Amino acid sequence: MSAQNVMVTADVTVRRRAGVIGALVGLVVLLALVSLGVGPVRLSPLTVIDALFGGGSDVQQVITREIRLPRTILGCAIGAILGLSGAALQGLLRNPLASPSLFGAPQSAAFGAVLVIALGLADVRSYALPVAAIAAAFVSVFVLLAIAGRNAGLLILILAGLAISSLAGAATALVMNLSSNPFVVLEIAFWLLGSLEDRSFRHVVLALPFIVAGAIILFNQRNAFRALSLGEETAQSLGVDVDRLRLLVIAGVALGVGGAVAVSGTIGFIGLVAPHLMRPLIGHDPARLLVPSALTGAALLLAADIAVRIIPSTSDIKVGVLTSIIGVPFFLYLIMRERRALGGGVA
Amino acid sequence: MTASSFLTAQALGVTLAGRAVLNDISLSLVSGHLVALVGPNGAGKTTLLRALAGLVPSSGAVHVGGDALSSLPLRERARRFAYLAQGHIVHWPLPARDIVALGRYPHGATDPARLTPRDSEAVWRAMQVADVVAFGERRVTELSGGERSRVALARVFAVEAPVILADEPTSSLDPRHQIDVMKSLRAAADKGTLVIVVTHDLGLAARFADRVLVLSDGRLVSQGAPAEALSERVMADVFRVSAYRAEYQRETVIVPWAQI
Repeated sequence: MSAQNVMVTADVTVRRRAGVIGALVGLVVLLALVSLGVGPVRLSPLTVIDALFGGGSDVQQVITREIRLPRTILGCAIGAILGLSGAALQGLLRNPLASPSLFGAPQSAAFGAVLVIALGLADVRSYALPVAAIAAAFVSVFVLLAIAGRNAGLLILILAGLAISSLAGAATALVMNLSSNPFVVLEIAFWLLGSLEDRSFRHVVLALPFIVAGAIILFNQRNAFRALSLGEETAQSLGVDVDRLRLLVIAGVALGVGGAVAVSGTIGFIGLVAPHLMRPLIGHDPARLLVPSALTGAALLLAADIAVRIIPSTSDIKVGVLTSIIGVPFFLYLIMRERRALGGGVA
Repeated sequence: MTASSFLTAQALGVTLAGRAVLNDISLSLVSGHLVALVGPNGAGKTTLLRALAGLVPSSGAVHVGGDALSSLPLRERARRFAYLAQGHIVHWPLPARDIVALGRYPHGATDPARLTPRDSEAVWRAMQVADVVAFGERRVTELSGGERSRVALARVFAVEAPVILADEPTSSLDPRHQIDVMKSLRAAADKGTLVIVVTHDLGLAARFADRVLVLSDGRLVSQGAPAEALSERVMADVFRVSAYRAEYQRETVIVPWAQI
């Protein structure tokens, strides 16, 4: 073995990861095409491609480009930012159970949005909505990390996350409770469930800038996550400004999750699940997990959103309900796997 | 202060949570020395190490290689001080090679899979010196305690910094690995690096160090060559023990013996 050989084994890792990313991109494109084809009027993927580029009948064009394309774009972007946020939080906290939904970020963002509506400050298509959601998400993650302190163990993080999501839930319930307007109550209930139904390009424009900004911030911190694998003190000694990094990650997660929640409501557990699916394929390097986790998140949400349209039921199943139904058992499985770390107090 | 001293501290003080942990520490250390930093539990050894590297806020002044520490940006500090924290924590099961490659992080090599030839040479040299080449591709979580400590050392060597700060690098290692670790740090010092080692093992300190600093209650109470810095009086006053003293193979032997 030599310095050259050391490089060769690194090349193998890079090539393997490129293969996985390529396959994921293919999967996301495929799911996006299926998502455009599924609904009251079923269209084949080929018809969809044709309609997207101006072919097919007028009806087909309207269905794919105006009715279903916003939903598909949002499914893709929201799934991706949730996956990326999960991977970034896990990298920051060196903890495989970290994720936005376990920390109460989406619940808090939903509260921010609900409050704006209930107070009559804005209608559902105004920028006040994502801004309020982002502010609430920022406060929740900031408070959580402040309570947990440096080098927090699994248990403290999860307990604090539970407390914050309960508080956000209670606050939302209070707003519902006090609201005399039945329309507002209906609107709030919808927020709690999480859905991508009936979204227009107006919603895309509302959410996408924040999601993209959050994603850029989180992605730019990737190498610091790698240094953090050795603990905060060592990362600092390697030249990472850990305090600044924490703030940036909180800001990135708040922008992304807040922007997403403002148009879709709370969609949970994608951020928790996506990085876990990628670790057996990519390895545990927190920097290399970011992009694959984002793609996996996009694939998961697109798949879930296709499923709620296919599963026969008397009324519409909301996609947020489906992701939680699948996500919570997965979370329980992870708790079982991490039992030793949890039982030992601080991991 | 001599002209050749590479690392100096003047009136260094650290206050944590309202308590003065370090008080008025002044020292002046030269390149090529292995310096042992000893003292009872809670004396402030780790805090002094962190303050020298600029990892905790401190009063007073630290100069490294002629520059004031406070004037150096984070990355430049990281190039001058290779810091080995206690416990060799690694939070993810990464391959040993990637851990060693993180030593090149301060030099801009933030991705172990994309090292420049220069960085990969440095990683390779460090892996050879610390003898971790054989298990470079294995995950650190699968390694024994002794092997992990060597990986941590290799990471520190890969920085190729003029100063190495090591916090209890020999704790929880068996005697053979303790000697292993001290010998490689000694070798680094012999090549011109200033190595500062925090240790509770006065025997290792006496044998391997050029210079011993004794901390007690946040103050530097004794410093010098091992035999004089760890005099009978210091052993009694600071550590409250008596010690067996001898010389073996021309090296100082100090074995703490009984409490007083």
